[in-house]
Amino acid sequence: MSDMSLRGERRDVSPSVVVQEFSKLRDEGYNMLVDMTCVDYMPQKKSPRFDVIYRLMKLDALSGQDLGRLEVHCAVDETPVLHSVKDIYPNADWLEREVWDMFGVKFADRPDIKRLLMYEEFVGHALRKDYPIAQRQPLIGPKSGDKAGSPSFNILHPTITGE
Amino acid sequence: MSENRSQKTYMLNMGPQHPAMHGVVRLVLELSGERIVDAEAEIGYLHRAFEKHAENETWNNVVPWTDRLNYVSPLINNVGYALAVEKLSGIDVPERGQYIRVIACEISRITDHLTCIGASSMELGAFTVFLYMIKAREYLYQLVDNLTGARITTAFTRVGGVKGDLPADFAEKFASIAKEVRTAVAESDKLLTRNRIFMDRMEGTGRISKEDVIAYGITGPFLRSTGVPYDVRRSHPYAVYDKLDFEIPVGTSGDNYDRYLCRMAEIEQSLRLVEQCLKQIPAGKHSLEPKEIKYAYEIQDAGKHGDTALLAKYQAKVDQTLAGMSKDDEANTRVLDRKITLPAKETTYGNIEGLMNHFELVMWSWGVRIPPSETYFAVEGGNGELGFHIVSDGGDGPYRVRCRPPCLFPMAALKKLLVGGSIADVIPTFGSVNMIAGELDR
Repeated sequence: MSDMSLRGERRDVSPSVVVQEFSKLRDEGYNMLVDMTCVDYMPQKKSPRFDVIYRLMKLDALSGQDLGRLEVHCAVDETPVLHSVKDIYPNADWLEREVWDMFGVKFADRPDIKRLLMYEEFVGHALRKDYPIAQRQPLIGPKSGDKAGSPSFNILHPTITGE
Repeated sequence: MSENRSQKTYMLNMGPQHPAMHGVVRLVLELSGERIVDAEAEIGYLHRAFEKHAENETWNNVVPWTDRLNYVSPLINNVGYALAVEKLSGIDVPERGQYIRVIACEISRITDHLTCIGASSMELGAFTVFLYMIKAREYLYQLVDNLTGARITTAFTRVGGVKGDLPADFAEKFASIAKEVRTAVAESDKLLTRNRIFMDRMEGTGRISKEDVIAYGITGPFLRSTGVPYDVRRSHPYAVYDKLDFEIPVGTSGDNYDRYLCRMAEIEQSLRLVEQCLKQIPAGKHSLEPKEIKYAYEIQDAGKHGDTALLAKYQAKVDQTLAGMSKDDEANTRVLDRKITLPAKETTYGNIEGLMNHFELVMWSWGVRIPPSETYFAVEGGNGELGFHIVSDGGDGPYRVRCRPPCLFPMAALKKLLVGGSIADVIPTFGSVNMIAGELDR
């Protein structure tokens, strides 16, 4: 149960070359993107603020053995310098959406990226350290355009009347 | 005219609340007749901000939150989180504690698979199988209840060990329950495995190739059904899995039917694993004579009256939720480091040092502290690799907890699985993905 077996070696990659680096790694045999996540180091005043972590694995399809893992770190801030790797690892599509949703890390070639877990009207990025845990967001109205808080919003309209 | 009609597609919305959606999830399908042309899954309806809450809790207080990730196998989440934190701080749990963790994990894996097969076969019309499987699962939940004090919200592990030792007659109870589970599985096997209707719906549907399944990062029974025998318990043995003998069932074609067969075979392997554990587990001092037990309040009252001789002589009889936390159990199941694990209940109730120790561990901004570091640890969950990426900044709680939810990955590949099939295939395919909304949305 050594520390290295599940984490693998750490490699720091500049966000501008992330696509080239990943296609190289893919050719080296890292065929599975196990996970992708982000850590916000704002309270520690690190610059750049975010650390995006990709976790790769060489999986041998025949023996099912894990032939080695790699932990790729990318330090980024809010400027969109990071590029998407979803053409290399298709599951990066959803994982990048989650990182954008929760941390607001932008991807230069995905300008209209959609949130994964939260709804489109949500303001801010919930897992940033400066997002207060008790923050409330207004109720969103129905698609009909009724504003939250307007008299018609959230009033139950009985479908069966007394007639 | 007819040509125009054949090219017309239309949208169909399945969910967020639909009888065949396991939990709250929305599928938007684009259909041409009955064929699925495009599919999109919309998730997040059960998002409860697990990761955000974990950042605002102490190390041990995150454990109850992990119950709510995969709520059909909560014990695996408990164990996965505890192992990750222990790896971060370099703690080694006593061997008996490790065996108890493996037993708990394997029981949970059985309940996970029973639920998955039962629910998805019910959606295909086999209601009897659902009843058989849920009955077997209920027996296992009773066992979990005996072990942890709760059926589902188990919160069983602690940093540095488990809540308590096995209950006194656990092995006998498990033996009789294993018989029930095997009967239920055998009966369901007779009803389903060579059933014409079932096979027509399952065979060849939701098929995915080995290359795609790896490219999408899918693990667990889903990956094994394509013939890749990857299992975290085998590749990176944690706890005592390297001392146990088990097989990794694999499929060949990667369709729904193979995934069903893999899960059925894994139930038997998990039963075997628990039986081996119960044979190998190092002896604990679990033989309390009833006369030595007094209610905790009696001991407390005796202490108040100055009868301190009684304190050392008797063991406290405590509420069921605290059972297994007495002095005799703690050395076997928890690390005896007073900066990490709570003292035995007799000590807490019986003397001032124990009481202070207890308070120092549970008080706000005190408690367990882990030096600044970062780690990733994974266990084999019911659905695949359940990983925890944990960062500590030296405080009394995690700085960041990332849970790698195993069912997110097949959900991300759902489009690949559904497109080209017919609308009726959505039900078995989605059932075999075994999406657990609590884990998917966190």
